[in-house]
Amino acid sequence: MKTGLVVRSGIAMFIGFAFLSLSPQIRAQFGPAPAGSAFSIPEAQLLKPEALVQLLQTTSKDKPLLLQVGSHMLFAQAHIPGSEYAGPGSQPAGIEQLQNRVNSLPRKKLIVLYCGCCPWNRCPNLGPAFAKLRDMGFTNVKALYLANNFGADWADKGYPVEQGY
Amino acid sequence: MSGIPKAFWNAPCTLRRSFTVKLLLGLCVGVSAAQSPVATTSLLHKQAPQFVRTDLENRKLDLSAYRGKVVLLDFWATWCASCELEMPRFVAWQTQYGPRGLQIIGISMDDDPALARRLYKKMKLNYPVAMGDEKLGQLYGGVLGLPLAFLIDSQGKVQAQFRGETDLNLIEERFKSLLRP
Repeated sequence: MKTGLVVRSGIAMFIGFAFLSLSPQIRAQFGPAPAGSAFSIPEAQLLKPEALVQLLQTTSKDKPLLLQVGSHMLFAQAHIPGSEYAGPGSQPAGIEQLQNRVNSLPRKKLIVLYCGCCPWNRCPNLGPAFAKLRDMGFTNVKALYLANNFGADWADKGYPVEQGY
Repeated sequence: MSGIPKAFWNAPCTLRRSFTVKLLLGLCVGVSAAQSPVATTSLLHKQAPQFVRTDLENRKLDLSAYRGKVVLLDFWATWCASCELEMPRFVAWQTQYGPRGLQIIGISMDDDPALARRLYKKMKLNYPVAMGDEKLGQLYGGVLGLPLAFLIDSQGKVQAQFRGETDLNLIEERFKSLLRP
């Protein structure tokens, strides 16, 4: 018991030291997430890219609604085929656009939100968008987990993309 | 456990495990892989795509006019917190290394120019910034996530691409090696 505590403390000290020795930018990357960041989304609601690809391939009936809630400029360059742009989740106008898009949908509808503007813990859009849908009573909302960004974790991996509005 | 950042414990369990393993491996090899610049296969050692824009001060911004200088072309946006973190260092670099031939150029990928202007003034950026769009993004291989910067040498060739949060000391070392003594 005591040995376990010592080992755990040692590991904690080691990780803490390693963290402090990293550059400020890397510390910032792993530092406290901004309020409302994607970190506020429960782990159970996260969807990995490969899982989404599989979902899109296997689901024939009742396809999920795919909504990009980040930058329109990024959406125009590349987005997941079939997805729609729903406004930036970090802006009140974006949240309103999202609300208008989903308002008439059944609350059990599977909705997958994604952004990929920046590293997961820095994304300002997904957290507020997810919270909005939850507050509206949607019970089947997932967030696509893109650790770095849409380019690195989706497009560069060869998953399908399309351009345009 | 007070030595461990709160965000670490806030992260999903699987991510924590993954991060811990990567961190330990990274320390074993000396440098975290996240700090390494990722070289683009499409633009590296090729001529940087030319563009002409109007900057936020309504001046003409022609990339070809900077031939002879080392250009750090930085794509950013106001929604990119990491980009904002980098800006004070870029301002300092422009002041310190400008006389040796460094020119930083910012391209805002914001949808709303008003937001970009506000941050441009707030951060007192001392280098030109123009608004980007999807065409410019695609010209540079697709700006599908920020931060993103290109290091362009005095001949107009792309010497490095920095994707994501990159150690700024590493960027500084790279461009210093291209500057006049």
